[in-house]
Amino acid sequence: MLSTFADIFLTVEFFSASVRFAMPLAVASSGEIISERGGIVNIGLEGMMLAGALGGMMGSFYTNSPWVGMLCGILAGGLVAAIHAFMVVTLAADQVVSGAALNIGVLGMTTFVFRAVYGITERPIVAHFEAWPVPVLSRIPFIGPILFSQIPLVYVTYVVVALVSVVLFRTMWGLGIQSVGEHPRAADSVGLHVDRLRYMAVILCGFLAGLAGTFFSLGQLYTFIEGMTGGRGFIVLAVVIVANWSPTRAALVALLFGAAEAVGLRLQALDIGIPYHFALAFPYVLTLIVYAGLAGRTRMPHALGLPYVKD
Amino acid sequence: MNSLLRMENITKIYPGVVANDGVNLEVTEGEVHALLGENGAGKTTLMNILYGMTMPDEGRILWQGESVRIAGPKHATDLGIGMVHQHFMLVPRFTAVQNIILGTSPQKGPWLDLKNVTKQIQKLADQYDLEIDFDTEIQDLPLGMRQRVEILKALFRGAHLLVMDEPTAVLTPAEVETLFQILRNLTRQGHATIFISHKLEEVLTVSDRVTVLRDGHNVATQITREATKPGLAQLMVGRPVVLEVQKSPVRPTGKTVIDIDDIWLEREHGRDQLHGVSLRVEAGEILGLAGINGNGQRALLEVLCGLTRPARGRVTVLDTDVTGRTPREVAALNVGRIPEDRTTMGLLPPLTIWENLALEAYYREPMSRWGVLRPKVIAEFARKLVQEYDVRTPNVEVKVSSLSGGNQQKLILARELHHEPQALIVANATRGLDVGAIEYTYQRILERRDRGAGVLLISSDLEEILCLSDRIAVIHAGQIMGEILAEEADRSMVGMMMTGTRLEAIEGPALPS
Repeated sequence: MLSTFADIFLTVEFFSASVRFAMPLAVASSGEIISERGGIVNIGLEGMMLAGALGGMMGSFYTNSPWVGMLCGILAGGLVAAIHAFMVVTLAADQVVSGAALNIGVLGMTTFVFRAVYGITERPIVAHFEAWPVPVLSRIPFIGPILFSQIPLVYVTYVVVALVSVVLFRTMWGLGIQSVGEHPRAADSVGLHVDRLRYMAVILCGFLAGLAGTFFSLGQLYTFIEGMTGGRGFIVLAVVIVANWSPTRAALVALLFGAAEAVGLRLQALDIGIPYHFALAFPYVLTLIVYAGLAGRTRMPHALGLPYVKD
Repeated sequence: MNSLLRMENITKIYPGVVANDGVNLEVTEGEVHALLGENGAGKTTLMNILYGMTMPDEGRILWQGESVRIAGPKHATDLGIGMVHQHFMLVPRFTAVQNIILGTSPQKGPWLDLKNVTKQIQKLADQYDLEIDFDTEIQDLPLGMRQRVEILKALFRGAHLLVMDEPTAVLTPAEVETLFQILRNLTRQGHATIFISHKLEEVLTVSDRVTVLRDGHNVATQITREATKPGLAQLMVGRPVVLEVQKSPVRPTGKTVIDIDDIWLEREHGRDQLHGVSLRVEAGEILGLAGINGNGQRALLEVLCGLTRPARGRVTVLDTDVTGRTPREVAALNVGRIPEDRTTMGLLPPLTIWENLALEAYYREPMSRWGVLRPKVIAEFARKLVQEYDVRTPNVEVKVSSLSGGNQQKLILARELHHEPQALIVANATRGLDVGAIEYTYQRILERRDRGAGVLLISSDLEEILCLSDRIAVIHAGQIMGEILAEEADRSMVGMMMTGTRLEAIEGPALPS
């Protein structure tokens, strides 16, 4: 039994799968962190990822290029985010309500668009990303195959996470974003444009959520399926809190959740007598446990969720 | 002296209120110019106009001799006008450096090299002799230092004229001294300051000239050396003011009404904790509890009112053990509580006057019967109190949020004092009130004491403590630093205890060796 365990879990394949499952969470977390550091909760992440998945698939369908598909996915996510920004920044609507409405709306909208364009009989398989081992780096024993023999989207994620981290903490713009999430009135008083910064934060978040969505349609299934993001947007919300709003920590936490997903899939394959639904529920249960354990112990941006209205 | 700023004939009308009516203000190079007036006199409006936050309806502004139309805070900053708001505009989780550079471009390009910027700012701080801890988050800095961060922030943006809005309101006496030193220093280096205040003492100490506003008009500009305290007070209020509170001598009764015995309350964050606090208030006396805000006063208040259960210790009010009782059980005793924040703790602003007056007794007879409110009884009760306590309102259906601070205060006094409480707990009750309302509040509190109530007066306003108390205790970091009789207290002694020196340590060295 023990050897079976080691055979299944302590393998290059298992860790490689963990990374593959973790990266969409990591890149979406980076986006959510920008948004929340700027004071806007974006629970519409799920919808933005889904829009990204469909956008990516359609872009690739028409151009036969997964890279163009990726760009379309990014834009689709940004578009949904722009609606959220308009609702919560310009109209000062409740951020949770707006996000929830977008999730439901996008689920319906993407299903509708997909069926209207492609019908319900067949699913087109589109040009997608293949694994591309990075020269030299992929040769590193153990680490190489796990981190550097992935699809290009994974490498894009590495860069994005590093970039977001640098931009947030090492630039004046990042300082501005943080200030509008902590104390927008103070930011306003020194001449920063609170609304503009918050728009940028939310739309950037949409771009990265859209990018995360393309993992599913261009990296895993090569087509679009209704609701294919499967609630991972909500897992990301938990990842962000567990990571205490740090992009690099979020990538590590995402790995934990990615591993949980990989464990779930393998438990399912093992057929050890528990219904496979339990195995698949594993990442979500983990989310709840971790979330409950950390409640009230993290440092949330001070003005998170609060609209800023000038007097 | 050259004129730096002239505001001429400034008029600003809000719906229903003339906030500024032809106001003139002139500030010359290198002077400290005090702007004196009560709440609502138009000081804030005038400064908002100067800082570009609102446009005047009439009048013009001359800056260094040239007519300017100040379009916004950014424009004001670019001209060289810096504002230190009463409520600091600092991000609590940023360091001083991050706050100072926010919204500026301290270096070329988008990058933020904190080490380098810190050096640059440190140099500026040294030039003006501003002592600041640059690496700690603002939320962990004392208020005096936060204010210095604000001053440096303005100077970093090239402020030539510094507007300070009620800068001493949050400071300890020692910090006020430091601030005055800083202002003198700024003056020496050619900066001008507008010092907004309603505290005569400070205006007389620190300013070169003083302009007095009343009801939106400017009533006078005087050279401070030629001004007197009663004279300024009369200009400010519009009638002669009794500056000293008339107080009858205390008559000791020996009967304890509030007994706080070794209370401990620890919290995960902040300094609002209690480490073994013991106090006794006797009937017929006022015990003043002085201290800088945030040193356990709120925790103590919560324990006294039944909002928080202490970890250890016991509180007895009017011979009843109230430790761990609910607020309603405490309220049912003959206790009056005047809380520190009128609009969040004392009243429910969106509700009407009668609803607010009924808050503590609505659930029992005669205000309700069988669990149903009796509006007629309550309205009658409310009308009686409104008249008795002189609350200015057309009727009792008016929402509390539309009343002035002074009238809100009267409502609280009415609700808390009408049943003639034998124990009275007062916390920072006069904050934000003007002289008239403060006078009224003091009279009512003293009246209760003269009729035999024991009063616990929690206040961060040293003036208030010295003027009302019979005995004074000082709290710092959740501990009592010492207790003294009011007639033996002097300002510097209490001030030292407020910053954490124990009474024994003060008295010790003074003894002849």
